[in-house]
Amino acid sequence: MAEQVLTDISALRTSPLGHLSETLKQGAVAGERGVSLREIAFTTQIGLRAEPGSAAHAALSAATGVHLPSAAGQVVGTEDGTAVLWLGPDEFLLVAPDGSEPFSSLVAALGDEAGQVVDLSANRTVIELSGPSARAVLEKSCPADLHPRSFEIGSAITTVLGPVPVLLWKTGEQTFRVLPRASFADYTARWLLDGMAEFASEPID
Amino acid sequence: MMLIECPWCGPRNETEYGYGGQAHVAYPEDPSTLNDNEWAKFLFYRTNPKGLFAERWVHSAGCRRWFNAVRDTVTYEFKAVYKPGEPQPITTTNAPAQGGTK
Ligand SMILES: [Zn+2]
Repeated sequence: MAEQVLTDISALRTSPLGHLSETLKQGAVAGERGVSLREIAFTTQIGLRAEPGSAAHAALSAATGVHLPSAAGQVVGTEDGTAVLWLGPDEFLLVAPDGSEPFSSLVAALGDEAGQVVDLSANRTVIELSGPSARAVLEKSCPADLHPRSFEIGSAITTVLGPVPVLLWKTGEQTFRVLPRASFADYTARWLLDGMAEFASEPID
Repeated sequence: MMLIECPWCGPRNETEYGYGGQAHVAYPEDPSTLNDNEWAKFLFYRTNPKGLFAERWVHSAGCRRWFNAVRDTVTYEFKAVYKPGEPQPITTTNAPAQGGTK
């Protein structure tokens, strides 16, 4: 590990959608029915597991700096800083910007208690879908209720997009983050681009 | 399309779930004492009632947790869902055996 830190390996990294960056830009639809797609690459992601009410849960909650969410859909923290998403009653995903290094302090906080702190940074990439038609694009292939009355800004759910299991995180009224596993990223991006294409034309009544 | 209530996530589309068969099948006290017939019965023999049935479901595309449900096999209607370890809210013909709440 030490040798790797001495060489700047960050220049050698490729993100799951790096090869599609031009295609993603070209797929953007402008205007009233606009929608666009971009990858937020290389986020730091840490899987956390601890039973609510346990010492491990309390220790990890304090160590994240933003606590842990307590119910389905909840996200604590902010999307630009550290955020923790609820994945299950005792399972959470911490997402932080590239370069954040909360891993060792979380491991230290957990200590010998029963729980998990796992670096999952390379597991999922983040696709941001935004624009007035973003929800309409997602609704084509996501079975969850994405209406604002049940899917609020600052919440995230585990669901599917077409056949792909994803985390879906609503960060703004017209902005969604989709987190597919890295191996599904290419498919998911092309799937979304395909869903976006119709919004470049006038609607047919 | 049908909505199934996950005890943790709330109502979600049935496509997010997997079916786990009959609930509350108690694991044998001492599996090594079972003969082949008894072992086969534990593994494969399940009741198939017409009406209320307690069964296991997993929210595989969501929180990935297993839970129990009471479903009417005639109407497909879910009468209740409950977390593992919680008491069965509605009596069925395959009601939990003594102490068996898995
Ligand atoms: Zn669930």
